Parts: sequence; C-alpha cells; structure tokens
Amino acid sequence: MGKTVLMQGNEACVEGALAAGMRFYAGYPITPSTEIAETASVRLPMVGGRFIQMEDELSSMAAVIGASVAGVKAMTATSGPGFSLKQENIGYASLAEVPCVIVDVQRSGPSTGLPTSPSQADVMQARWGTHGDHPVIAISPSSVRETYDLAIRCFNLAEKYRTPVIFLMDEMVGHLREGIELPDESEIEIISRKMPESMDGDRPYKVKEGEYVPAIPPFGSGMRYNITGLIHDDTGFPTNSNEEADKLCRRLLEKIEKNVDDIITYEEKYLDDADTAVICYGGTTRSVMEAIEKLRSEGVRVGMFRPITIWPFPEKQIKELSKKVKRILVVEHNYGQLVREVERCADEACKIDFLGRINGTVIPPTEVYDAVKEEA
Amino acid sequence: MASALIEKYMRQQHLPHIWCPGCGNGILMRDVAQAIDNLGIDRDNVCLVSGIGCSSRAAGYMDFNTIHTTHGRAIAFATGIKLARPDMHVIVVTGDGDAAAIGGNHLIHAARRNIDLTVVVFNNNIYGMTGGQYSPTTPQGERGTTAPYGTVERPFDIAALAAGAGASFTARGSAFHAMQTIKMIEQGISHKGFSLIDCASVCPTYYGRKNKKGDAVEMMKWQRDNAVMAEKAAGMTEEEKRGKLVIGVLSRSDYPEFTAEYQKIIDRLAEGRK
Amino acid sequence: MSRRLDLRLSGSGGQGVILATIILAEAALLAGKKAVQSQAYGPEARGGMCKAETIVSDDPIWFTKIQTPNFLLALTQQALDNFAGNVSDDAVIMIDSSLTLPKCLEGKKVYSLPILDTAAEKVGRAMTANIVAVGAINKALNIVSHEDILKAVHMHVPKGTEELNTKALLAGEALLD
Repeated sequence: MGKTVLMQGNEACVEGALAAGMRFYAGYPITPSTEIAETASVRLPMVGGRFIQMEDELSSMAAVIGASVAGVKAMTATSGPGFSLKQENIGYASLAEVPCVIVDVQRSGPSTGLPTSPSQADVMQARWGTHGDHPVIAISPSSVRETYDLAIRCFNLAEKYRTPVIFLMDEMVGHLREGIELPDESEIEIISRKMPESMDGDRPYKVKEGEYVPAIPPFGSGMRYNITGLIHDDTGFPTNSNEEADKLCRRLLEKIEKNVDDIITYEEKYLDDADTAVICYGGTTRSVMEAIEKLRSEGVRVGMFRPITIWPFPEKQIKELSKKVKRILVVEHNYGQLVREVERCADEACKIDFLGRINGTVIPPTEVYDAVKEEA
Repeated sequence: MASALIEKYMRQQHLPHIWCPGCGNGILMRDVAQAIDNLGIDRDNVCLVSGIGCSSRAAGYMDFNTIHTTHGRAIAFATGIKLARPDMHVIVVTGDGDAAAIGGNHLIHAARRNIDLTVVVFNNNIYGMTGGQYSPTTPQGERGTTAPYGTVERPFDIAALAAGAGASFTARGSAFHAMQTIKMIEQGISHKGFSLIDCASVCPTYYGRKNKKGDAVEMMKWQRDNAVMAEKAAGMTEEEKRGKLVIGVLSRSDYPEFTAEYQKIIDRLAEGRK
Repeated sequence: MSRRLDLRLSGSGGQGVILATIILAEAALLAGKKAVQSQAYGPEARGGMCKAETIVSDDPIWFTKIQTPNFLLALTQQALDNFAGNVSDDAVIMIDSSLTLPKCLEGKKVYSLPILDTAAEKVGRAMTANIVAVGAINKALNIVSHEDILKAVHMHVPKGTEELNTKALLAGEALLD
C-alpha cells in the first residue's frame, strides 16, 4: 500500500483503467463524466497511449472498438444522453466480441434532464439499451477506491469474456474526492485476451468444446480474418443459416450465464441476524450505510446487501437473502428499476419495499433510517 | 491478369459477390486490390474497413484484415484502428449514403484532423441495399423510390466536401476509368494524411432504371463520353462543367498528419518535456 | 480533535473556493484524518455563486454530502445571504469584513475578517484570497498543523507560485492573532 492521496472518482476511474492496461481512449465531453476524458488526455500520452476527442458519442464508441480490434485496451466514458447514442455500437461489440469498457456516469434524465445531478436511472438501459438479445456485464462502484479497483476489473472481465463491460458509475461517486491508498502494482491482477495457439486457422470465432470465448487475434498479427456485425459463423463471415444464428446467439448469452459465479461480486454487511435487508448499489450505498450504522447502534436488526455486479443480476444471492430476512428495502436513485429484479427473484414470503428519488437530489440517510424504522 | 489478381487478393470461397449484374462495385473493388498490389504493401499490414450498404460488402470479399462495421461509422472505426496501429495502412471502403449522409460528420472531422486514412467511395448516387432511395449524391430532379417526383435536394460533391473540410488528398475516379482510378488509389494510399477518392460507380438496377439511364453498358458509356480530366476542367467555366464527370487528382497539400503529430507529444513526454 | 467538521465554503465563481476545499481535504489526509470533498458543478460553478464542501472526521465518512454545515465561509454578500439560513446551532461563521451579517446569524460565533483586502493589499494579489481564507479557517478551527496545511497548499497551487501562496497562508493565519 502506498500513501493516501486525494482523488476524485472520475480520476480514479482513469488511474484504474491505466493500471489495467488501457492505452486508448476516445470520448466526447459530457457532464458529469468529462473529468474522465480530461484526465485520460493528460495521462495516456505519458504512458505511450493515445487519446482522441471524437466528433460525437457514436464515433467515440466506434473508435474504441477499432482500437480494441487492433489489440489495444480501450475505453470511453459518457453520461445519459451519450450512453443512449452509443448503444448501437455497444451491440456491435457484443456480437463481434470486441473487448471494451464503457463508463456511464449516470445523471438525472430523461433527455438532457438535470446534467449535474445524481441519478441511477440507467440501470435498465445498461441491460437492454442496445437492440437484440445480447450479453452484458455492468459493474457499479460506491467509493473512490472501489472505482479504481473496479475499473481494473471491468477491463479484466471485458478481456476474459470478450464483451463490452459497462462501468455504471453515478455522479455521487464520480464527482466525489476522497482519500485513497492506491495498491502496489504487484497486487493488481491483470487479465488480457487469450491469443489463439496458431495464426494459421481460418476460424477465429471457433471455440473448443465446453468453452464459450473464442481466442481471436488482433488485426495485424498474421491471421487475416473478417469481423462483421452480421450474424456469422466461426469463420467470421456472414451467414443466413438459422442453425448458425441460434448457435452464435446462444453462445454469446451463455458465455455470461455459465460464468455468473466468476462475474458476480457483492458486499454483505450485518446480515447474520438481520430482519430487514437494505439493497443498494453505487453512491446510494453511502446514505444507506450511514443510516444502518445509526440503526445498528440503536439495536435495530438491519443489514445491507450491495450488488457490485449489477448485470448479470445476482439472482441466486437475492433468492437466498429473501429466505433469510422478513423484509427487503431497495434504495436507488430512480423510480424503481433494480427493485423489479429483486421482486422477480425474491421468495414470495419476503416483503419488498422501495425507496427512490427522481428530483436530482441525494436520498439523505435520515430518509433511509425512517424507511427502515417504519416496520422494524 | 485479372484472374491472378483475384486469386491473390479475393476470398474466393465467398464469391460470387452479391452485387447485381452490371454493378460498378466489382470493378472498383478490383481497382483497390490492384492499387495495393502495385504498391507492394504487406497485406497483413493492410486493414480494410467498411460500413453498411452495397459498397461495404467489399471488405468481406478481400483477403486483408477486414472489418464490416455499422452504418456510417466506418471512418470512426478506422480512426481507432489507425491510432492503435499507426503503422498499418487503413483503407475505408464506403458508399455515398454511408459516407456523406449517416456518416457525414465522421467524414468531415477525419478530413479536418488529416488522419492518415484512405477513403474510397463507391458512389452510385442511390441507396442500393435498401432498394433505390435517393441519396445525398442523387442529382437534383432525379428519381428514387423516396423521390417519386424527382428529388428537390441538391447533391453533395463528396470530394469537394472532403477537401473543404481539410482532406489533404482528393481525387475522382470512375468504374469506366479503371487505369486512372487505380493510380489515384495508389496515390491516396501513399499519401500521408487523409485521402479520399470519390469513385463514380454504376447502379443499373436502381439508379439506372429509375432514371432511364439505360443498361450497365449505356451507363459506362456515359462515364466515358462525359469525363473531363481535372487538368482540363481547371480551365473550364462552371457552365461548361455542368453534367460532366471531372476525373483525376482534385486537390492535395502536405498539411501535417494527425497520428504523426500525436506521436510527437508522446515522444516529448517520454523525454520529460511538456 | 474528535469532532466532525462539515465545512461549507462559498463565494463567487473564480474566487477559488473549490481549490480551498481541496486543500483543506488534502491537509486533513496528510494529518491522518478522513476527508471527503465535493462541489457544485455546472453553470453555477463558473460564475455567480459558488459552493464547495469538505468533511473532516476521525471516523469513516459514509454519507458525503453536507446537509447542515457546522462551518460556513462566505466571501460575497450573495453567497452569505443564500447559505446563512442553513447552518447548525453551534456553527462557526467566517465572513469577509466587507459583508453585512444577516439577522439569523446573530449570536453565533462569527469571525469577520478582512480576507479580500489582505489578499489584495498585504499579499499583493487579489486572487490569493482563497489561500488567505484557508490559513484563517485552519487557524480558527485548529484542523491540522501549519506544516500540513502548508504542504497541502504547495501540492495544489501552480508551480512557481509557492512563495506567493505561502505568504497568503501566513497572512490568513495572522488574521486570527
């Protein structure tokens, strides 16, 4: 562990990404994510990487995919309106299996909304934003230090599963400065995409029996192959075969589904004897934990469950939790998005309540305190 | 000769191509391959990027590092590839709708940056893949399925648009003028900076039929009979140039190239300077 | 000091109150305390009224937004009038001596100090008012040592201005003598 430094969430995102090996960033200025672009523009050329401010959000996503196809770990960052604009190419990266990281520092919507105000209303867009059935991984940090760690994890998962990973931040954490101790380089695990055993093959998308992720070499490494956004077979060329379409789409979804235990992480606090569990994620956790510490000091049996991986959703863990507690209170800065997933997965006997906010302000700990107390 | 070229550079397992009989795209695709061959470039170091539309199927047929991207975004994908691998030759094959309508913003900004990409436009004046809608290069008054009474819009001159936005090499070729077009593509690839070769294709199926231009042979003859070399066109009035196809290198400059300029920043920082 | 400080600094855009909160947070970290900093963004951060906040505590800080500050700095009348209504009962107030104290703050511990004049005349640069304020705040609230606050100032001011800003910090501290 090094010394404590004061760092902003958005800066920590870039530092984590650099530690993970990011060497390309393309973006377009948008509040409240702009500090990510600014920091990347300063830091990338220092390590031999490249930064470009593109003409719009769509081209930023496109350039990121281009760089990754050429073998460079790449990231872009945006917020609500820009996240909407990036969706088509996020789907392209899903289908063509191009590793990349998309940061969405959520702000209040819909539309231009409240550009500097906190929100967590892109949770469902992160899951279903691009058209078609597609795999997705989305991860949400709750502190500046965690932003650093999880930025690394986003790259690792993107590389390992060859899929776009959404880093679902929010204004509360993105714009927060706090003291963090950066880990030593030797403590950081870095995963890079698997290379094929040989460059001779003509089936870059081929996967071994029982495996889900192809080992596709970067452009320029000697295997001349084709990448397309059309449904393709394992040669990478378009096909109209319904059998091949089914095979490809199923494999894309299953590479996530079959690996949920590796992908899903979460945090539990005070759940051993809890009657009530509060489910929260991202910056909301800060309000919730302040309330819970107070409630616990008063003897209230309340705990917290925090999905760190938002997508795939921790279905199994929520099911178990709902059998253990009498009541689950979901707190999120929206009109009720992840609560739907909780309702879908929870045991019928467990009561599910919701506390949300859509006025652009932060849910204060007192409100969480009251909502827990109501029935405690 | 042609068959040797095809054998060398085309993915024959994916031929025949999907283009209609008489389409000009096949000739233009061959021109790109011939230009690369003439330059003797290591094919593993060539990346071919395309968008969506008839033109963009070319990428799949050609045996290089090929990527068929989303509609309008080929130049943006190519920008990422070029920045990741400045040593690679990145060539974009695109169409008039892909480059100048949905992708117009990327075209002008890549030209403004003067990033070292070579953009070859297969310009057939129509949306062919979707069945004949008017495009940004359909001449005023001519028809498409969405311009049943003739389009009232003015067309873009894509080469002039790119030059105006800062492209440091622009040229116009055609399906008929294969030898000249190959030379222009060679020059574009060799040029360090953003180069665009606007190539007049022919679409007898939609553009030709909708506008009574005759069959493919008639359309090719039109290109032959109405072409004016750029050098000659320089001395002609606007009135004299109306309805003509100006062929040749249209503009060039030695403005600094984007990735080379960015590399200077990296080098400067590595030396400890800001 | 085992109290928690919820510091709200306000003024007009360009006075450097954001940097002042960053320096205070950095100094607290140097002294081994917990600290978080946040600020208002958007148009309000660039002109007119500006607000930035730092929480300093010995315990972990969960919720990072200040609801009711127990310290308020105001460098303009507009900021003072706007934020005066929401401070804790035991709040400490620091205002530039050119400002008029609103009725609601009468009876509170108030430091009325010539921060702006000190920067312009004693230090010789009006733009150092934020560092003068940092010196005065740290001295008034006894947050960290002079060494730590000086180090934090040097970490965050532009290279080549360390001497000028040291002078400003000392001038701010002297306002409390």
